[in-house]
Amino acid sequence: MGAVYALVALGLALIYGVLHIINFAHGSLLMMALYATYFLFRLGGIDPYVSLLIVPPLFFALGYAMQRWVIQPIGHGKDTNVLLVTLAIAIILDNLALYLWTSTTRTIDVPYATNYVDVGVTAVALPRLIAFGAAVLIGILFWLLMSRTDLGRAIRAVARERQGAKIVGISVEHIFAMSFGIGAACVAIAACLLLPTFYVTPQVGHAFVLIAFTTVVLGGMGSFIGALLGGLILGVVEAFSGLFLGESLGQIGIYLIFILVLLFRPTGLFGQRMA
Amino acid sequence: MTRRSRFELAVLLGLGVFFLLVPQFVESRFWLGFWTTTLFFALLGQSWNVLGGYAGQMSFGHALFFGTGAYATAVMQVRFGLDAWTSAALGVGAGALVGAFTGAVTFRYGLRGSYFALVTLAFAEVFRALANSWEFTGSGFGMLIPMKAGAANLQFADRVSFYYVILLLVVLAYAVTWWLERSRFGAYLTAIRENEDAAQALGINPFRMKVAAITLSAAMAALAGIFYMQFYLFIDAGIAYGPGMSVNALLGPLIGGAGTVLGPLIGALALGGLSEVTSALLGQQPGVNLLAFGLLLLIILRFLPNGLMGLLHGRS
Repeated sequence: MGAVYALVALGLALIYGVLHIINFAHGSLLMMALYATYFLFRLGGIDPYVSLLIVPPLFFALGYAMQRWVIQPIGHGKDTNVLLVTLAIAIILDNLALYLWTSTTRTIDVPYATNYVDVGVTAVALPRLIAFGAAVLIGILFWLLMSRTDLGRAIRAVARERQGAKIVGISVEHIFAMSFGIGAACVAIAACLLLPTFYVTPQVGHAFVLIAFTTVVLGGMGSFIGALLGGLILGVVEAFSGLFLGESLGQIGIYLIFILVLLFRPTGLFGQRMA
Repeated sequence: MTRRSRFELAVLLGLGVFFLLVPQFVESRFWLGFWTTTLFFALLGQSWNVLGGYAGQMSFGHALFFGTGAYATAVMQVRFGLDAWTSAALGVGAGALVGAFTGAVTFRYGLRGSYFALVTLAFAEVFRALANSWEFTGSGFGMLIPMKAGAANLQFADRVSFYYVILLLVVLAYAVTWWLERSRFGAYLTAIRENEDAAQALGINPFRMKVAAITLSAAMAALAGIFYMQFYLFIDAGIAYGPGMSVNALLGPLIGGAGTVLGPLIGALALGGLSEVTSALLGQQPGVNLLAFGLLLLIILRFLPNGLMGLLHGRS
């Protein structure tokens, strides 16, 4: 699970780091991506891993459009306003899913879901191992994108100094939307990796939204390496607190970490000063 | 008294008379239920408004206080055998206490804006998980108060009495807010909302004011929770502490106009009306109402950042 948390959080960290907004609709985007992957499998017979070629580009476009034509004009750039806009989007997406697809819990059956791989100390389900490998791969690709390409440089420039970036001719609105799109694509990748061993309901995003925030906060707001490590740490914490405290109390570990980190170390483990 | 004050007072009194007469011309159980629910949301919304509207501290976890009020009154009656009135008083106290604690912790460490919103949500989730797994609070089954009609038990067989109870609570809450808006305390809160650093420079203690605001707000939300408990006689962790109730608390004031006395009521009326319209057009399927609410919120944020009340007062 940690690897998936890391991917979801990576998208959130990018959006936060560049736009300085907290995207409350992140969990709902994950839910939508899970449904997209689900229906591609059920109606089109497309394997979730093949969907990796379809869903992420789709969500990149969706994220780009959402930021450029909904969040940007309505939010007026004010912190709490933007939070409310993303909350409204979350409400709309969650209830649209509830309306269209009802609250039934849906799963898919893939033959490899129960294949276990021996990794020395313990056996791990194959899809989980793939998810872990993919998260590491995406992390490396992401790092290359940010450090080696013009787009990455432009994103970093906008994140650092909005005005300056504008002066040297970077379209800030475009970069904002690009960042949002990439963040949404990260979520879509996570969804494709998650579905073989998970389920989808209209509320599935709720569980992830706080976990993703916790991950980002834990890793340091806006720090990408922090987000990846934070995700892995949280996966371990959840597994252990679930083990010792039981199913329903296990979640508390994550919420408590979130509260404690925000209170006592708002810069996170790897972050710079909070804005 | 300024012209605006007089105008608002006249509207409030007019609405008061209207609501007082509602049971006279409402025949069906359904419409009485509609007005009761609307008033309930007006109360819950006003509690959010004190903190989110006046003090500018947007909470995403108001269910925390609502749920605490509901659970506390149920636990006192069922587990400790206290009478309903004492339990209700303790419920308000418990809500205020949780509010003061949450406020003291979060404001002490300087959480503002989105961070405050997220931490309140996290607190509500912690309480939800606790209530859901603790035997004492009924764990997954929730809490059930045995039905014993009678004013001594704060339970009423006829729905009209319940309607008057919620109306009384709403009048009380709106009177407090009316006072707040004109008091020194209210002015401090508004100053903190507009510019916390400037307010501090002028000698206001933002920490103490914000804790006072969240305590008052929490007590009002707990009151709504107690009404809910006595009305339905049942609560579980999902209803009490789930994000749904937190969203309900903030939708009304944001749509009606945050930081105004009438905003939460106008918002509750608008949402109640919208919910009836969507049910009539699209049927009773779950999700339809909130879908419409979300769209309305987007539209309001885009075109009327001051809510529907912004229409009345012109653009400010």
